[in-house]
Amino acid sequence: MGRITLEQITKQFDDTVVIPPLDLTIEDGEFVVFVGPSGCGKSTLLRLIAGLEDVSAGMIRIDGEDVTAVPPARRGLAMVFQSYALYPHMSVRRNIAFPLRMAGLDAAEQNRRVEDAARVLNLTDYLDRRPGQLSGGQRQRVAIGRAIVREPAAFLFDEPLSNLDAALRVGMRLEISELHKRLQTTSIYVTHDQVEAMTMADKIVVLQGGRIEQVGSPIELYRHPRNRFVAGFIGSPRMNFIEGASAAAHGAHAIGVRPEHIRISEEGGEWSGTVGVSEHLGSDTFLHVHGTGVADTLAVRASGEVAYDHGDPIQLTPRADRIHRFDAEGARVQ
Amino acid sequence: MARAVSTPRKIANTAVGWTIGLLIFFPILWIAVLSFKSEGDAIRAPLEVLSSAWTFESYGLVQSRSDYFGHFWNSVIISLGSTVLGLLVAVPAAWAMAFVPGRRTKDVLLWMLSTKMLPPVGVLLPIYLICQQLGLLDTRVALVVVMMMVNLPIIVWMLYTYFREIPADILEAARMDGAGLREEVLFVLLPMAVPGIASTMLLNIILAWNEAFWTLNLTAADAAPLTAFIASYSSPEGLFYAKLSAASLMAIAPILIMGWFSQKQLVRGLTFGAVK
Repeated sequence: MGRITLEQITKQFDDTVVIPPLDLTIEDGEFVVFVGPSGCGKSTLLRLIAGLEDVSAGMIRIDGEDVTAVPPARRGLAMVFQSYALYPHMSVRRNIAFPLRMAGLDAAEQNRRVEDAARVLNLTDYLDRRPGQLSGGQRQRVAIGRAIVREPAAFLFDEPLSNLDAALRVGMRLEISELHKRLQTTSIYVTHDQVEAMTMADKIVVLQGGRIEQVGSPIELYRHPRNRFVAGFIGSPRMNFIEGASAAAHGAHAIGVRPEHIRISEEGGEWSGTVGVSEHLGSDTFLHVHGTGVADTLAVRASGEVAYDHGDPIQLTPRADRIHRFDAEGARVQ
Repeated sequence: MARAVSTPRKIANTAVGWTIGLLIFFPILWIAVLSFKSEGDAIRAPLEVLSSAWTFESYGLVQSRSDYFGHFWNSVIISLGSTVLGLLVAVPAAWAMAFVPGRRTKDVLLWMLSTKMLPPVGVLLPIYLICQQLGLLDTRVALVVVMMMVNLPIIVWMLYTYFREIPADILEAARMDGAGLREEVLFVLLPMAVPGIASTMLLNIILAWNEAFWTLNLTAADAAPLTAFIASYSSPEGLFYAKLSAASLMAIAPILIMGWFSQKQLVRGLTFGAVK
């Protein structure tokens, strides 16, 4: 079981409020991703849940039990760090067994669980090596192994893939998702990478300045962002924002259109401009269009076959049913 | 790539290196030479000293006149005792300063170091009187405690520097894995800090072994270590060069041998964290 409830959780360092009073419930078995720009308080929030930081006010419950004053060692949570944080003086086997040793399990049981975890994570051949002799991906696997052996109430991941190269990151992302599907253990995952957030989460929590901007499923956030910040943060390339007369025509202070919701045509489009940079990804082409008069640059996602050169004229039309409207404060207009 | 160095240049560099090395080592070498001469030969002109007969008589005389092993044991107990006691105090102190620093941690560290700038003679009287009142004059206990306090700032500073190099993440991981403070320090922090702790210990043993001011002032006979043993052969009037040399060599030999075997560890410890 691992239902985590935050009630009016507040964190301040001296006079700086990092997290203003915040409420959040994470259901048992959910994969929740905290996402937001650097300094948004996502890591601090995770550390508060872990118990590595003390809360200034409010209450944290795990399965209904108040753990606000319980030290991290006794919260029954496991954490995977960005830096892996393996014990360099211990072999992989002893690293993975460490939480079991701390829990006072007998050697045979420790061994059995370590072997099981190693099999799941393809680490069987590396059990007698030291962390220093492993690659980044293997080290992260050891860190995950160390987290899963103790069968915690929840896993906490603090940007676990940030130190890996791009190809490995995609692989590990899948492995973590697989693992979650199999173990069904509550997981809280902190990242600044919105692709990780979108692909892994059951529920995304978007944070800014310590505040929760929106909580919802990836698709909910993508389709119905509650404000301009969430609209701009979720989705890549980011949503185009248009203010002024074009927005007023839709009865809003600003409108937002995602790059994939803009149609390209030779003529008769709503906006006309010239192509600046076009980025060819093979499957897609991202066009950056200037001189439309509505925004400095409009990003447009087209199919991979579309070929425009720098300076080519282009006509653009937003899909009317996919226009997001925002008021002067940035809140969504229904 | 290493810079290319011409052969004459190499020879010149080697010559200069050896010259400097020999100059620094010369006093010890000369002590060694004098210790194997008779008292009469030891005070002759240097060239005559070298050509005179070699003898062990000084060593025999020194050993028969004073109890070398008694002093040696005192030195061992004082330097090891103060080091172990110092570590017991310094490990928790350095842990706190490195991992849970407060607003005044830096000030405390600097204040500790500043006590090393105080001339020891400034506090001789109070410490002497305290020892006298407690009946601790000329006891090993007094010296162990005083040596520990004298060197504590250095031990704390060195350990603090090593601990700072250990990523806080790893200790936090231990906490998440269910380790209490005791397990965190014993199973994670200390094993990772072994090189640092070893070089701190070595340096502290050397400092305590060589310390003469406090040992000479707080001991007379019972607790007198090797520094007092050397001093007993230095006389403003007599001519005891050979015996003084023999005593000196016997006093520094143990620490010299230990330093020789642990020089790798020492250098590694003292430059720890300098290159990353």
